[in-house]
Amino acid sequence: MSLPQPLGDGLVIARRNLIKIRRVPDLLVSATVAPVMFVLLFGYVLGSGVEVPGVDYREYLMAGIFTQTIVFGSAITGTGLAQDLQRGIVDRFRSLPMSPSAVLLGRTASDLVTSVIVVIVMTLTGLLAGWRIRSSPLDALAAYALLLLFAYALSWLMAVIGLSVRDPEVFSNASFVAVFPLTFVANTFVAPGNLPHVLRVAAEWNPVSAVVQACRVHFGNVSAAMPPPEAWPLRHPVAATLAWVAVILAVCVPLARWRYRKAVGR
Amino acid sequence: MSLAIDCTGLTKRYRGVPALDGLDLQVPEGTVLGLLGPNGAGKTTAVRILSTLLPPDGGRARVAGLDVVTQARAVRRVIGLSGQYAAVDEDLTGFENLDMIARLYGLGRRNSRERARELLARFALEHAADRVVKGWSGGMRRRLDLAGALVADPKVLFLDEPTTGLDPRSRLGMWEVLEELVAGGGTLLLTTQYLEEADRLADAIVVIDHGRVIARGTADDLKRQVGGERVELTVARPDEIGVASGLLGGMATGELVVDARARTVTVPVAHGTDSLRDALHRLQSGPLTVTDIGLRRPTLDDVFLALTGHTAREDK
Repeated sequence: MSLPQPLGDGLVIARRNLIKIRRVPDLLVSATVAPVMFVLLFGYVLGSGVEVPGVDYREYLMAGIFTQTIVFGSAITGTGLAQDLQRGIVDRFRSLPMSPSAVLLGRTASDLVTSVIVVIVMTLTGLLAGWRIRSSPLDALAAYALLLLFAYALSWLMAVIGLSVRDPEVFSNASFVAVFPLTFVANTFVAPGNLPHVLRVAAEWNPVSAVVQACRVHFGNVSAAMPPPEAWPLRHPVAATLAWVAVILAVCVPLARWRYRKAVGR
Repeated sequence: MSLAIDCTGLTKRYRGVPALDGLDLQVPEGTVLGLLGPNGAGKTTAVRILSTLLPPDGGRARVAGLDVVTQARAVRRVIGLSGQYAAVDEDLTGFENLDMIARLYGLGRRNSRERARELLARFALEHAADRVVKGWSGGMRRRLDLAGALVADPKVLFLDEPTTGLDPRSRLGMWEVLEELVAGGGTLLLTTQYLEEADRLADAIVVIDHGRVIARGTADDLKRQVGGERVELTVARPDEIGVASGLLGGMATGELVVDARARTVTVPVAHGTDSLRDALHRLQSGPLTVTDIGLRRPTLDDVFLALTGHTAREDK
């Protein structure tokens, strides 16, 4: 019982969220079915039509699908918080002498557990579909770590949005509108080199592209035959990913805490 | 006598519309205050401010001697809040809900489990303890929510419309639970739209409208102002109204109210069902047909009518 209070309380909240996932598995099922579908659909449909030099497109695609799924998955944080707000549960929490950060810490922690499950499911599906990690285990581990780190940072962004809109349905529409272009105007499915200028710059500096590139490189799904990227974030994808994670957390953690302190149900 | 709740001049605006407009409340320790008012009167806003969920725009409020703005964390340690909509987690069991709240009050693993079991037993929820709350009835959820508010033996308890939306049977059950709670001492602030509820549970009643106090006193004080109970009867034909008024005039404790269009006569009385029996007896001697008769207790509407000249809903 020597844990600092925010962590102790955060664990209590995380445990509650995990019980809920076990009891109402719909969210987890939809969070894992979607990636399986993505891997299979994109992999086989797009994978049969697109060529990238030196690598099988299906392998090239996997890092993109991993990242896209992780980004979509981070929306659970916002949905969960908006739901708690709407149902008056946040009011109850806020009337308790608990740490005001605990609900957010617990929420983002349990959503990280969901992300881990999603990543495992995707990995297995990918392996079945013929994807291979062609790097060292350490490299692969680094790719997974970056993926999860990015998911965790986005969780906090979704927390800010969820606490601001306060309605789970409005949130799911809002997050969809935000997340869809974020994952498409990127190197997720195609190299950004062929995009029109404005889109190309947006894609090169999109945080999602940095994560995709970092994973692609560290899973070993790139080849020397590909034209090397020009933009800085894509030449240094790990540093760029870490920088984006730091920026997102630095902005969103205080914002989310502020929104939570002011949040009132209904 | 020290005050458990003491607030003066509380104001709060939502997008420019005043929800509280200079609210003053004083609740002595160990007493029950009924905060009575229609929807939108500011009851919930007042509870939210006093329970530290919402900062006031102006004014000052102390709960158990602690300032709700500058000492919010300390206030939270000594209060319990049970809201208008049962804020229990539907996907958890009853036990898990209470265990979690106890943990968040810092009770520790063992004590939390014990406390949860204890409260489930006290509120007759033991049989459902390990069932997911989703399948529970409205009355059971309210009791669980109330149990949640009592986890840390709060010095001051806030109940925001504890029986709104409950069916009559569950409401009666809830009242019994609350009466027991009140009998055990402790300070309680209860908001309600039902005069009967405030009458039954509260030592003192404060009536608010548009975010300010419009009357305060005991239930009896208010009833005296409103006129207390009355016998209300409807006759078959308009010309019988005069006959009925004549027969009942002698037993009225105040002025008779006649509604010619509805063919009703309302007689203020003092002795409840005895008065009703008396009225029936008197009516037997006259040549008239009574189509409906009953004893009516004053409602919130009557209180408002007496205090403000309009009913609770009229001006919205």
